[in-house]
Amino acid sequence: MEGNGGVGKILIVFAHPAFEKSRVNRQLMRELASVPGVTLHDLYEQYPDGDIDVVTERECLEEHDVILFQFPLFLFGIPALLKEWMDLVLVHGWAFGQGGGALRGKLFSCVLSTGGSRSSYSKTGANRFTVRELLAPLEQVANLCRMRFLPPFVVHGTNVITREGIQNAAAGYRVVLQRLGDDAPPQPGDFDEGAYLNDILSAKEDAGHA
Amino acid sequence: MHEGGFLYQAFVYLTAAVVSVPIAKKLGLGSVLGYLVAGIVIGPFALGLIGHEGAGVMEFAEFGIIMMLFLIGLELEPKMIWRLKRSILGMGGAQVVVSALLITAVAMLSGYAWQTGLALGLVLALSSTAIVLQSLQEKGLLKTDGGKNSFSVLLFQDIAIIPILALLPLLAVGGDDAAGYHGGGGHHGAAEWLEALPIWGQAGVVLGVVAGIVLVGHYLLNPVFGFIARTRLRELFTAAALLLVVGVTILMGMVGLSPALGTFLAGVVLAQSEYRHELETNIEPFKGLLLGLFFIAVGASIDFHVIAASPLVIFQLVVGLIALKFIVLVLVARIFSMSFDNILLFGFALAQGGEFAFVLFSFGVQNGVFEPVLVKPMIAVVAITMGLTPMFLLFNEKVLQPRFGTKEQERTSSDDTLRGQGIEEQGKVIIAGFGRVGSTVGRFMQANDESATYLDIDPDNVDLLRKLGLDVYYGDASRYELLHAAGAEQASLLIIAVDDPEKTVAIARTAMKHFPRLKIIARTAGLGDSHELIGMGIDHIYPETLDTALRIGVDALAILGHRRYHAVRAMHTFRRHEERHIHELAKLGHDRKELIREAKKRIEDLEELMLAEKRDMHSDKELGWDASGHISDEGHMRE
Repeated sequence: MEGNGGVGKILIVFAHPAFEKSRVNRQLMRELASVPGVTLHDLYEQYPDGDIDVVTERECLEEHDVILFQFPLFLFGIPALLKEWMDLVLVHGWAFGQGGGALRGKLFSCVLSTGGSRSSYSKTGANRFTVRELLAPLEQVANLCRMRFLPPFVVHGTNVITREGIQNAAAGYRVVLQRLGDDAPPQPGDFDEGAYLNDILSAKEDAGHA
Repeated sequence: MHEGGFLYQAFVYLTAAVVSVPIAKKLGLGSVLGYLVAGIVIGPFALGLIGHEGAGVMEFAEFGIIMMLFLIGLELEPKMIWRLKRSILGMGGAQVVVSALLITAVAMLSGYAWQTGLALGLVLALSSTAIVLQSLQEKGLLKTDGGKNSFSVLLFQDIAIIPILALLPLLAVGGDDAAGYHGGGGHHGAAEWLEALPIWGQAGVVLGVVAGIVLVGHYLLNPVFGFIARTRLRELFTAAALLLVVGVTILMGMVGLSPALGTFLAGVVLAQSEYRHELETNIEPFKGLLLGLFFIAVGASIDFHVIAASPLVIFQLVVGLIALKFIVLVLVARIFSMSFDNILLFGFALAQGGEFAFVLFSFGVQNGVFEPVLVKPMIAVVAITMGLTPMFLLFNEKVLQPRFGTKEQERTSSDDTLRGQGIEEQGKVIIAGFGRVGSTVGRFMQANDESATYLDIDPDNVDLLRKLGLDVYYGDASRYELLHAAGAEQASLLIIAVDDPEKTVAIARTAMKHFPRLKIIARTAGLGDSHELIGMGIDHIYPETLDTALRIGVDALAILGHRRYHAVRAMHTFRRHEERHIHELAKLGHDRKELIREAKKRIEDLEELMLAEKRDMHSDKELGWDASGHISDEGHMRE
């Protein structure tokens, strides 16, 4: 785990089985390296053989206010090690249920990349479900743990994205991270159904123009 | 003043070296300049501690140059030389021919016959292999474009000595042809028998000898070195290495070829041998000492009487020679489109007279090519230009490059350029010990496209692995010289995989002392050496049997009916604790009783912990999968 300047508010649980081949995530990572108050936790680097140290993980989660899962969407789901991590770390008696509640009140969101376009993730599109719908299990886990679920930050079309597109996405990511680190971060109620966390970027601009 | 006697002389030379070289190094002047100054100081014209026997010493010390070329040959594989052919023939040829012709012209304008002029030109066109290569190596510039091309030109000059020697007697102005060539090793008239043969016979003998060196080096030397290495007597290996160099030198003297060239050839042939690094390690100190001796002798041989007699003429000759050679070099470099930085380096490096000039001048006098009156100041001029070379290089490095140099330094140091240049290509990883552990590690590295340099001390093993096509070298990795020769300076990782715990610690010590940048991973035998290495600050230690034992344990559990997944997770827990214990116990140090008590306690703790884990399905990781805990919360889960 590496943090930028002591323990920050934001913990990024990062899971990418082929990070060395990822253009988008590499750029996102480069960007967040310079945002203060962010702790990056690279699961596939730290636990290459899936031997997750549960105690350390819990301590780390307890120290942060905002929990982000960052991953590429794999077959409409999360990478295996992230699921393993959830199964082992987010357990009854600690995360939820009797004696649980360690994560209560924390903000939770996902940062994900996918090859399909935003329009393909719709009832009429090729992928038939919206990203929000596909993230339903995660949303419910957050709910179970009494975390506040924010819509995801999504980078679409990663197969065809240009260098400029990647840079724009990374710059947007930085702004979103900064907003999440604010004293008054965005709340679940700020978003319409089907909205992305990305949308606060344009909303902010709109507010500026108004 | 000088009492003579070998010990007395050795004392004087060694003192001069030991005092002056460190001072020169400290001042950033390089060792060559230190030796030269030392030579001047103890020479007949200053303290007079050594007399005119300096010439004899020089002849002996030239052996250092021969060794240096042998070592350089060892680092160059034939295909790399082939890649350098353009710069060797093109640049070298252009430099020698143009310089020689210009000097001839100048000499003729000064009123000498064209024969004398041409002879002077050919002799003075040569540069000093010893000074240039030693200086460039010391500054780490041999791998730059300028350094590489300097080397090529010097190589061409070494080859050119053969035809020059043949040509010189023909340039005698009325003299007779007397003795033959006496080369670096000093074999007077050794080639007489050869001259009795017809031309084609001479050529045949020369070719035969060259082919012989290649064949013997290729097929015979490896088994011989293997045989010697198996005796495990280090001094015997050193003796054999010296014997090889001396033998080649004598052989080359007999057929009238340059001994430096011959040993260089022998070096190239042996560049692919597994004994390459060990040979380097053994010859290196001799080379260093003899080369130092040679530089001292050059310093001592500068005849200050001659200089004092006509300082202005000498000064003009020195400036003229350097300027002329410098201009020619710059032009050649421009034509071969070298970059600005490298042109400067190339020009300053090679703009002096060479040590072969001493040989060729005396040879020329014997053959009546030169008048002794002409030769005396000329030898002084050559010696002075040689002495000035380290200063020019220093001037270039400290004054010119910072001001006018471009950022090409960066580029030359990058991997790409190094590969392109073909001089010495080393792996990023050094693996010491290519036995049961090291070989697997090595194959794994290779399978992942990481090239490694392997070292092993068992000649039989090295032999076998070589036959399997692996790049293994023979030698003791706990010796600084061998690690250095294997490229520890540039490598980023050293993997110690030898099976002798004491050796492991010794290798780690040497590496940490001399190559602090090098990361170290070590295989360990037991707690003892693990703790010692941890104490030294090495965290990456791997007890050699731990993982295999645990895998056996997993398999055993599975056969006994445990779920494999559970067994593997138990293994992870066990290993994590075990590794933590090794580190914690290391802090206890050498108190054996305390160590045993603590270890025993920890073993019990661990067993208890794991048993508890198994009994208690609520513990740790199992919890999430345990439905019993959720039942009472069903209401909660439904809300």
